[in-house]
Amino acid sequence: MRTDLYTHPDYFNMDDLLSDEHKLVRDSARAWVKKEVSPIIDEHYEKATFPNNLLSGLGEIGAFGPYIPEEYGGPGLDHISYGLIMQELERCDSGLRSTASVQSSLVMYPIWKYGSEEQKQKYLPKLATGEMMGCFGLTEPDHGSNPGGMTTNFKDAGDGENVILNGAKMWISNAPFADIAVVWAKDETGRIYGIVVERGMEGFSTPEMHGKLSLRASSTGELIFVDVKVPKSHILPGRSGLGAPLSCLDSARFGIAWGALGAAMDCYDQALRYSKERTQFGVPIGAFQLIQKKLAEMITEITKAQLLTLRLGQLRNEGKATSAQISMAKRNNVEIALNIAREARQIHGGMGITSEYSIMRHMANLESVVTYEGTHDIHLLITGMDITGIPAFTREMPDLK
Amino acid sequence: MKILVCISKSPDTTSKIAFTDNNTKFDENGVQYIVNPYDEWYALVRALELKETIGGNVTIVTVGNAGDEAIIRKALAIGADEAVRIDADPTDAYFTAIQIAEYAKANGFDLVLTGKETINYNGSQVGGMIAEAMDLPFISLATKLDAVGSTLTLEREIVGGVQVLEVQSPVVVSCAKGMAEQRIPNMRGIMAARTKPLHVIAPVAVDLLTSYTTYTMPNTKSACKIIDPSNMDELVELLHNEAKVI
Repeated sequence: MRTDLYTHPDYFNMDDLLSDEHKLVRDSARAWVKKEVSPIIDEHYEKATFPNNLLSGLGEIGAFGPYIPEEYGGPGLDHISYGLIMQELERCDSGLRSTASVQSSLVMYPIWKYGSEEQKQKYLPKLATGEMMGCFGLTEPDHGSNPGGMTTNFKDAGDGENVILNGAKMWISNAPFADIAVVWAKDETGRIYGIVVERGMEGFSTPEMHGKLSLRASSTGELIFVDVKVPKSHILPGRSGLGAPLSCLDSARFGIAWGALGAAMDCYDQALRYSKERTQFGVPIGAFQLIQKKLAEMITEITKAQLLTLRLGQLRNEGKATSAQISMAKRNNVEIALNIAREARQIHGGMGITSEYSIMRHMANLESVVTYEGTHDIHLLITGMDITGIPAFTREMPDLK
Repeated sequence: MKILVCISKSPDTTSKIAFTDNNTKFDENGVQYIVNPYDEWYALVRALELKETIGGNVTIVTVGNAGDEAIIRKALAIGADEAVRIDADPTDAYFTAIQIAEYAKANGFDLVLTGKETINYNGSQVGGMIAEAMDLPFISLATKLDAVGSTLTLEREIVGGVQVLEVQSPVVVSCAKGMAEQRIPNMRGIMAARTKPLHVIAPVAVDLLTSYTTYTMPNTKSACKIIDPSNMDELVELLHNEAKVI
C-alpha cells in the first residue's frame, strides 16, 4: 500500500463544532492508525488473518469502551469521542472497527449497564486495555433479523449454583480468540438473559468461520454450547428481555454510523487526490465534468452524513438518541459509503481494483457492514414503523389452498 | 532535572495559506494548528525521555492566545507535567524569546529546549535569543542529548561528520531530527492532561524591533513538458528560449 496520506474532508467546518479534546482523541487515533495499521492491513486482509498484535495499541488509544467510566478502567469520554475513534479505525479498515465495536458496545456496554458490581470490576478494566477480549452471541443460524426467535437456552442445573447452557450462535466477530462471550439465551420461561461465558468452560467451543470475502482482517466464528455449566453469578442481573441486547446494538450501530462515514471519507480523499494526479488527454482527469460530478456528489453526501452523525452524537450524549434515529444514521451512512466506494473505484480506473488503494477493500468490507447489526432493509422498516406506528417486520403466511 | 520545553503552533501542513491586511498578516481563517513538529517530536519527547531516565520535571511554555490551548493540551497529553501560556501575540522572534527568557530566569530551569525552527516561519532564532537574554550557552541543531549530573553531552551534524560537545547546565538547546521519535498521545495521557496545571501569565513589555512589510506567495508550478528523448533539438530550444537557462 502507498503512504497513508489521508486527511479528512471538512466542507462545512465541522471541526469547529468539536471540542479540543475530541480533536485530540481523533487525531491521536489517526496518527496511531497511520503508524501501526495502514502499513500492515493489506497483508492481513489478503491472508485473512487478524492482527492480534494491535490489541494493546487499540486499548491505549481508547478504542475499547471509550465511554466506560474511569472507575472501571475506561477513559470516561463522551459518545462523540467514541464515534470519532470508530471513524478513524474504519477509515482504515471495517474489520478493525468491528473488533473495537464488539468489545466496546457489545461486551463492555452490557456488562457496564446490566452487570453486577462484581462483574464490572472483574471484566471491565481488563477489557479496556485489551488484555481480555470479548465477543457477543445473539445471532443464530436460523435467527438473524429475528433474534427474539432464538433457541439457545439455559436451565437450572439443580445444584443451586449453576445453569446449563445449550445452543449455537453464528457470525460472531472476535469469537475465535475471545476470552469471554456475552451470550443471550432464554430461560425456562422463554425470557432472554445475558450470560458471561468464559473460554475454558467445558462444552463451550468457538470454531472459526472461513471463506469470507469481506472483513478478512477480522476474525469471525461460531459459539457452540453443549451442556455448558455456567455459574449463576455470570448472569447479568440488571436487565432481561430482548430490549437488553437491542440496547447494545444501539450503541454498536451508533459506532458503525461513524465508522462507515470514515470509510466513505477515505475513498473520497483518495479519489480526489488521484483525480488531480492522473492525467489523460493531457489534463488531470479531475478536469473532466463526469469526474467532477462524482467527486461533488461524494462530498455532498459526506457533508450531509457528517452533520447527521454529529447531531446523533449530541443527542446520544444527552441520552436522547432514539433507536430509530440510530437506525437511520447507520443505514444512511453505510449506503453512502458503499456508493462512494464504488464511484471512487471507477475514478481510479484499473488501479482501483488493486491493493495499492484501499477502496476495493472498503467496498468488500462494507458489504458485511450493510448486512450486520441490522440489515439495510430492516433499518428501513424501523424507520417505517417509527413514522407510521405500524410494524411491518412480520407477515401472516397466506393460506395458499 | 528541571526542563523547560518551548512549543509553538504551526499550521497543519494541509492548510491553505493566504494573507490578509494588504498581505502583511497571515490569514488564520479556517487554519488548523498543530504543535510545531520540531518542538513536539524532538524537544518535548527528548525532555520526557530524560525525565524518565534521570527524573525531574518537564514544563512546556508557549507565547500565545487562548486559542492555542489545544496545542498545549496535546503537549500535556504526550507527557509534560505542567504548562505555561504567556498571554500575548508572538509578534516576532525577539518578542517571543524575551517573554520566555523572563519566565525561565524567574523559575530556574536546568535545561531549556526548543525545536530547531518552526515549520511556518523557519526563523531558527528563538533559542539563540533566549540563551543570550539569559546569558547561557546555546547549542543549535542538536541531534543527540545525554545528561550525567549537570554535564550534558550533545551531538550536532556538521558537513561530512558529527560534532560532539560537552556543556554544563543550565543551557539552551535547539533540537533537530534524530533527537527522539514522535510519541502519539495515548488515552491515559489525554485523560491526565485534563487535570494538569496550565498557568496563564501576563507578558512583559518588549519593544517591537521589526515589522512585516509584505508576504508574497511562490509562483504556482507550471505544467511539466515532456519531450521525446529523440527530439534533442526541441529540448535545447526550450531550455534556451523558454527556460532561458542555457
